[in-house]
Amino acid sequence: MRSDHQKLGFYLLIAPLLLWLVLLILLPHLGLFIVSISEKVGVREYETGFGNYAAFFSEPLYWRTFARTAIMSILATALTLILGFPIAYYIAKLTRGRTKTTLFMMCLIPFWVSELVRTFGWMILLRETGVFSQTLQYLGLTAGPIEFLYNDAAIMVGLVYTSILFMIVPLVTTLDSLDDSLVEAGYDLGGNGYSILREIVIPHAMPGIVSGCIVVFMLSLGNYLTPILLGGKDSLWFTGMIYSQFITRFNWELGSAFGFLLLALSSAVVFIGLKLSRQSLSETMGR
Amino acid sequence: MKITTLSTVIAVSTLAMSAAQAETLRLLTWGGYAPEEVIAKFEAETGHTVEVTTSNNEEMIAKLRATNGGGFDLAQPSQDRITSAQEEFGIYKPIDMSKVNADLFIPSMLAATAGNTTFDGEVYGLPHVWGTSGLVVNTAEAGDVKDYTDLCGDAVAGKVSYRLKRPTLIGFAYAMGMDPFAAYADKDAYQGILDKVEAELIACKANVKTYWGGGDEIKNLLRSGEVVASMAWDTGGWQLNADNPDITFVAPKAGALGWIDTFVLPARGRADEAAYAWINFVMQPEIAAMITNTAGNFTAAVDGDAGVSADLKARYQASFDQAAIDNIKWYPPVPAGLEAMEGATLDRINASN
Amino acid sequence: MNTPDLECRDLVKDFDDFRAVDHVSFDVPQGSFFSILGPSGCGKTTLLRMIAGFQEPSAGDLLIKGRSMVGVPPNKRPVSMVFQHLALFPTMNIGDNVGFGLRQRGVGRSEIKDRMEQVLARVGLPGVSGRRVDQLSGGQKQRVAIARCMVLEPDVLLLDEPLGALDLKLREHMKIELKSLQAEFNTTFVYITHDQSEALVMSDNIAVMNHGRFEQIGSPHDVYYNPATAFVAGFVGEANRFEGRVVEASDGILSVETTGGARLRVTVPENGLASGQRVQVYLRPEAIALSKSAPAADPNANDGQGIVESVLFNGANSMVILRDATSGATLSVTLPQTGAFAGLSKGDTVFTRWTADQARSYPLAEA
Repeated sequence: MRSDHQKLGFYLLIAPLLLWLVLLILLPHLGLFIVSISEKVGVREYETGFGNYAAFFSEPLYWRTFARTAIMSILATALTLILGFPIAYYIAKLTRGRTKTTLFMMCLIPFWVSELVRTFGWMILLRETGVFSQTLQYLGLTAGPIEFLYNDAAIMVGLVYTSILFMIVPLVTTLDSLDDSLVEAGYDLGGNGYSILREIVIPHAMPGIVSGCIVVFMLSLGNYLTPILLGGKDSLWFTGMIYSQFITRFNWELGSAFGFLLLALSSAVVFIGLKLSRQSLSETMGR
Repeated sequence: MKITTLSTVIAVSTLAMSAAQAETLRLLTWGGYAPEEVIAKFEAETGHTVEVTTSNNEEMIAKLRATNGGGFDLAQPSQDRITSAQEEFGIYKPIDMSKVNADLFIPSMLAATAGNTTFDGEVYGLPHVWGTSGLVVNTAEAGDVKDYTDLCGDAVAGKVSYRLKRPTLIGFAYAMGMDPFAAYADKDAYQGILDKVEAELIACKANVKTYWGGGDEIKNLLRSGEVVASMAWDTGGWQLNADNPDITFVAPKAGALGWIDTFVLPARGRADEAAYAWINFVMQPEIAAMITNTAGNFTAAVDGDAGVSADLKARYQASFDQAAIDNIKWYPPVPAGLEAMEGATLDRINASN
Repeated sequence: MNTPDLECRDLVKDFDDFRAVDHVSFDVPQGSFFSILGPSGCGKTTLLRMIAGFQEPSAGDLLIKGRSMVGVPPNKRPVSMVFQHLALFPTMNIGDNVGFGLRQRGVGRSEIKDRMEQVLARVGLPGVSGRRVDQLSGGQKQRVAIARCMVLEPDVLLLDEPLGALDLKLREHMKIELKSLQAEFNTTFVYITHDQSEALVMSDNIAVMNHGRFEQIGSPHDVYYNPATAFVAGFVGEANRFEGRVVEASDGILSVETTGGARLRVTVPENGLASGQRVQVYLRPEAIALSKSAPAADPNANDGQGIVESVLFNGANSMVILRDATSGATLSVTLPQTGAFAGLSKGDTVFTRWTADQARSYPLAEA
């Protein structure tokens, strides 16, 4: 009797999680998968098959865009890490109390406005008649206006800016837990800044680095607005491609296949990243 | 004047009677087609409430497809996108002409739209707002741009823009002396046209500053002077003209591309009464003029241009003489499957270096 | 001429408006075990961090083997430090921890391995190099931390209360082990602690520190039996403390009347005390002899009678708290190990006696 009650309580507690998993994660993916394996043969006529996946591999544009998106996302992740690490180290180790909170807040402020607004902000700065170009002209450093927008570098800037917070937060958390005496011990034993960073600080921060990288990589890979708005004529992004298959081409079947391939790609990259850094997902996310 | 007022009173009272019970009209439309003041008036007179979702052609169809024609009670896609979507996805229901006050529509437009939106013997669309796309040019800097292909000239290199969408393909095809609409039915011929346009647009790619995506984006580019000539909608050109007299809409030599946005009923819409009430309400001349003043485009309403601001009329007339009007290439219904061919062409243009 | 391994001259360290170390001078000869003993906040950690190089002195000089260390960064100093919580690198195994310093010096791989195995063997932990830090016990970690420093053969090894985190039994054991390790390596150890027993057991010399100053430097015996100041007398070892006023000074003996009204006879300290001065008297519990019957009268001894308040049984360190019959003051007395007082219990009356030379008296500022 009692155990029945306990069981009921257990199921009630777990019900929201199960509902969430099944209704919002499992079912949509299942539906998407079913759509992705139906090939259109005529008006309202479909056949089951992997033709949509085959189309991806046979059309160079698709897999090139795919590879380009992955490589640029990895690059953006690396840049975010390189930029975010010193900031996180400064916040976690070199500041105390109020300054720390203030700096943390300053990292958060850009996220109080929507991504669209932030991206427009960058457009105002980078465009040919924008702030950077005009400042350079005013200072006499360039003769004419310079276009910073509509290229891959602009996408990179946007991606790094959009995701750097998600790198800094886990890094600050792990670096906070680094005992100062470990760094001092490193110096005491004759280490220099570089060897201490490499042998003590980075190994300690590895879980934070990996979880930050996973999040930033996923955000960059799945970003839609930044590449579309800041990118140029050749700046294709895979999410944009999925969007155009779904919306402008009415080709949900191919779009779904792309969606699944994106899922597989991101999982594969994360898996390889974990293997290379010798971290486990449970260790990284469980902290 | 007195007669219009009288007719309004009659129209309103009949509307009020037909709207026996208040409904919520979920309207899927374009920005500017349902101004606040029009909604307020409509709600006051009929008792129905209106919820507006703004969108574009592709997203309207995608949204309705996702719900099998549910979630909205009235949508406003362009007339050329109705039959193919109906054939593929069955997302609309036929118009009941007995509930529409046909006298409010310009007869020729009503008939043309009925013809273009007939599928399996049923009419699915009523005309509402029409307009064109062509060229928006800063005449002080790029006065030589008279046709779509002029965007590829050396004089404007790096200072032009267009969308990487199907209107660009069609505009260029006309400017290159071909007739893509005539080839709609013949896929091979159409593919031949697309291939030629593809080569032209790839060659032109270096000239383009960026492919624009949204109306605000191209307006910003033109206003700042970063772009001096672009393919764009007529309204965008007229809006910019208000700020900078040098910039205006130019009807291209090959012909502006004409579109008509319609009223359609989603297959699983629930508030048909309110939908018909809205159609009959906004097609009244004075309401139509209000919409023209906010959207910038003219409507299919009889006498709908009477109340339109003189500035807008002047700009319209400056852009379109009678020859240009006659030369407008109206989009015929897009056969199913054509978008896939165009999509492949656009992909190749996008990917080329 | 033998240069001391470590020498501090008038060392001062100021933080904002607080002086942590105040004109400290001392030297530590080669191969000795030097402890700095003081309560928390006395400045001993700051002093140690200055020696290690983590903090720069505000004034004064600091020399190691005769060479000034002012301005030399910690990684260039011939000192190593064992941190309070040891600071073993949790991301490395034991071997890599011990080899860390040698790697920084660019020593070859095979030599690092040899020296690392050697030093681990010397601290009694052969063959643990492949283990992770968390697989070792507290005592083993302690030894690894020392090995990690000793493999670099530093001139001075600094130890920052490394036994604080250990349980009592292990701490007692490690005291002996640290002392023997120090003898084994024959390296100069500078050890800071707030635990007087650690300092007394291990050190060749002890500096007692309070409020940034050294109160006394001396051998454990000196510090315990001849505390130079009232602070040392009170901080090192147990002591009964009385306050009072000198009523008479003659023949090297002071007569002190305590605030409780008792008369004490104590030996005059070196710096002398005049009649009428306020004074504090410290008396070790083990200096008091107990008897069950009144001993034969001795004019030079302080005799008293007390009632047992409580018996604090702690094996060899058992104490009895008495309430003095005349003054009402409490008195801690070490219980003799003879067993004669085994049956002592609350309420019993006992007689106490101590001689004038067993108490230490220091002037007390006028209240």
